[in-house]
Amino acid sequence: MSVLYLVIPLALLVVLAAVVAFVWAARRGQFDDLTTPAMRVLHDDEPAAPPDDG
Amino acid sequence: MTPLADAVALPPPASRAGGHERPATARDAACTHCGLPVPAGLVVPDESRQFCCGGCRAVWQILHEHGLEGYYRVANRRAAPPRVSGRDFEEFDHPAFHRLYVRPAGAGLSTVELYLEGVHCSACVWLVERVPLVVPGVVRAELDVTRARAQVTWDPATVSLGAVARTLDSLGYRPHPFRGLRGDAVRRDEDRAMLVRIGIAGAIALNVMLAALALYSGWLSTGGMEHEFERYFRWISLALTTPAMLGPGRVFFRGAWASLRTRTLHMDVPIAIALAAGFTRGAINTVTDAGPIYFDGVTMLIFLLLSGRFLQQRGQRAATDAAELMFSLTPATGRIVESDDSQVVREVPAEALVPGMVLDVRPGETLAADGVVVAGETSLDLSLLTGESRPSSGTLGSRVFAGTINLTGPVRVRIEQAGESSRLGRMMRQVEEGARRRAPMVLLADRLAGWFVGGVLLLAAATFVLWLRLDPSRAADNAIALLIVTCPCALALATPLAVTAAVGRAARSGILIKGGDALERLARPGRLLLDKTGTLTEGRSALVEWVGPDWVKPLVVSLERNSTHALAAGFLRAWPDLEALPVDGAEHTLGGGISGTVAGRRVLVGSPAFVRRRLGAGADDGAMPYDSRSWTAALTPVVVAVDGVPVATAGFGDPLRPGARAALDRLRAGGWRVGILSGDDPAVVAEAGRQLGISPDECVGGATPEEKLRVVSEASRAGPVVMVGDGVNDAAALAAAGVGVGVHGGAEAALAAADVWLARGGVEELVRLMDGSRRTLRLIRRTIAFSLVYNLVGGTLAVAGVINPLIAALLMPASSLTVVMACWRGTTFTDERAA
Repeated sequence: MSVLYLVIPLALLVVLAAVVAFVWAARRGQFDDLTTPAMRVLHDDEPAAPPDDG
Repeated sequence: MTPLADAVALPPPASRAGGHERPATARDAACTHCGLPVPAGLVVPDESRQFCCGGCRAVWQILHEHGLEGYYRVANRRAAPPRVSGRDFEEFDHPAFHRLYVRPAGAGLSTVELYLEGVHCSACVWLVERVPLVVPGVVRAELDVTRARAQVTWDPATVSLGAVARTLDSLGYRPHPFRGLRGDAVRRDEDRAMLVRIGIAGAIALNVMLAALALYSGWLSTGGMEHEFERYFRWISLALTTPAMLGPGRVFFRGAWASLRTRTLHMDVPIAIALAAGFTRGAINTVTDAGPIYFDGVTMLIFLLLSGRFLQQRGQRAATDAAELMFSLTPATGRIVESDDSQVVREVPAEALVPGMVLDVRPGETLAADGVVVAGETSLDLSLLTGESRPSSGTLGSRVFAGTINLTGPVRVRIEQAGESSRLGRMMRQVEEGARRRAPMVLLADRLAGWFVGGVLLLAAATFVLWLRLDPSRAADNAIALLIVTCPCALALATPLAVTAAVGRAARSGILIKGGDALERLARPGRLLLDKTGTLTEGRSALVEWVGPDWVKPLVVSLERNSTHALAAGFLRAWPDLEALPVDGAEHTLGGGISGTVAGRRVLVGSPAFVRRRLGAGADDGAMPYDSRSWTAALTPVVVAVDGVPVATAGFGDPLRPGARAALDRLRAGGWRVGILSGDDPAVVAEAGRQLGISPDECVGGATPEEKLRVVSEASRAGPVVMVGDGVNDAAALAAAGVGVGVHGGAEAALAAADVWLARGGVEELVRLMDGSRRTLRLIRRTIAFSLVYNLVGGTLAVAGVINPLIAALLMPASSLTVVMACWRGTTFTDERAA
């Protein structure tokens, strides 16, 4: 069972990566508006999507 | 500007006032654009496309021309005809405007944040974000539908912002520059910081739970866990819990500290004590390698409490934006005349206007300051300020106010008061003050919390002392078990969860509620004050009675085509498909009527006084084609004379909404005391009250915004008051009332000041609102009662020493889970439309 000494820290590293990603996204404002994007994904793209560059 | 933007900016006549009447409607035709029934007179035979108004037709044409019919396939489109202002939005191109609101977006592009009126559903997102397809030069448009704010990025070299604004307006989304960005940034950062805390706390809590699961399984299995790994998992839990305490958990210690300093018992105090005690004891047990650790309970507690708090805070946020929004609705600039007789005008930001300057105001524009008319004459739409549905005339020397709309002619106004000191500015301040002054309503849970907290702390101390005598080795454990098992987790979660779930359900059924306290106030009946115009009625002048022969109708309509008066629009809407006859020498008399030669006949249309004056002697009351005594006070008579003989009378009025009486009866049966508080003429108000079964002494007419505020404040001292209204003139009263309810179609500023917004008009919605609130409060009470009983039982067991901290830590989340389930499953607001 000594593999636990390796596996758990590795798992915690993965968790850390997820937390860092979440904090980054939250600070970038990805969660500021939770309503509109949910509506947006359901819209069809045709006839043409508005230009979306940076 | 593009030719296109010019083309689409042409407003339908007289659509300024929102232009939407649905008088006697035919049920067989639905508007191609908004889906509402098309008024009988507007139905075009043998045509697959029908429109209920010019605004809908115009928007449909724009969409059609640009291949944007996909709009009609967007799911969940809410029926709402567009309101087109038809302004030219010149100020959007002014350097001062750009200095204040426009920011560079790199690569030669500019970006601006606009507040849009009329945004309410998923289809709005679709349409606004496709503006780049309609206006070449717009690079991107992003809409935040909850805040009704659009971020527009465009290329100033290709298109002007004014043209973009005109297009948005012609689609029914009247733009305003969004002001007050700084306070917004502070709040946004707070929200994000809270979210980060929840994310970290959640990740830690779930991982500590995993470790705890391993430990519990080892504890339950026959062989037990190897001691080496048990220690390993305990140290891992400690290592994970420490950052949770130092990071997200710090909020509670700060709150508890503040609560101790101000000597008020707050929910944070027992939470902080439980957290500190649990963590310290767990850490000691980890180091000494004996006894239970409480890390799973501690981290879960932090996570759940933060989540509950976030939900509550997010709901309350929306309620704080009122004054900011009103500010956004006043014009951003004013045109100043250099000297009285000069033609030189220059545009300055509204902030730079000072008394003594002379403003040049064109028809269709909103006044930027209070003042006196020094040149020109016009009629003004005061509905924003006073709620008066009829336009008032502005002649030389008359006082005019910021926020009113100039309807007919260009005028010059010498400024007397501007900005904060204008009547509108004072009203905005009253909105803020009203919101601040209103009696604080302590939420049920908060009221209980003080007692609860004090009791738990006393009990924990007593338990400790008791067990110190009985068995000193168990004293600390039993006290901790008590603190953990009576954790106010479920108590703290019950209200925010039930409120959030109810608010979500309500929003899906067309009732937007901004704060949980509104639900609690609405659950108990009290005094209900209703604004008349727009709330009980449709809010627009409509032709409701016609006494006279049919051959007169084409003459009237042809003549009225030359007028921009609100009543003229009423005629045109009532009989839209009558043939247009040639008109010569149409002439307006302000505050009187219109005259002209139609198909060779001399036609006069106007007030009885005007017609009498024009016809001279012989046209006394007896000669009028209506009986002035039987004509109800709620109708405005318009007399038609042909070739010098009065032949017909049209009655204009603001009809009551169908179903209003029945809904009010139901509210009265529920214990509400219903009254009318209106800015309209007292006689009109009394008549509406009579039809609705409201006693005359409950009907207040002719109330200015200041009086409305006074009436509501006075009534609030006697008991809970709910105010329902739709105009800016109601805003202060809405904010001061226990609960302000804004009604569909109302001024945006009133909606901002209100706690509740009804997306669908009609008094029936009020009934649904009250019923839903009552059910929600019942659900909250039930969950709170449950968690209290739970804590009582758990607490007794802990005092008796029956449960140790470990079992307490297992029981604690069980109660929270029950509360969560109850809130999710509970029926609060029902959606009767869901068919």
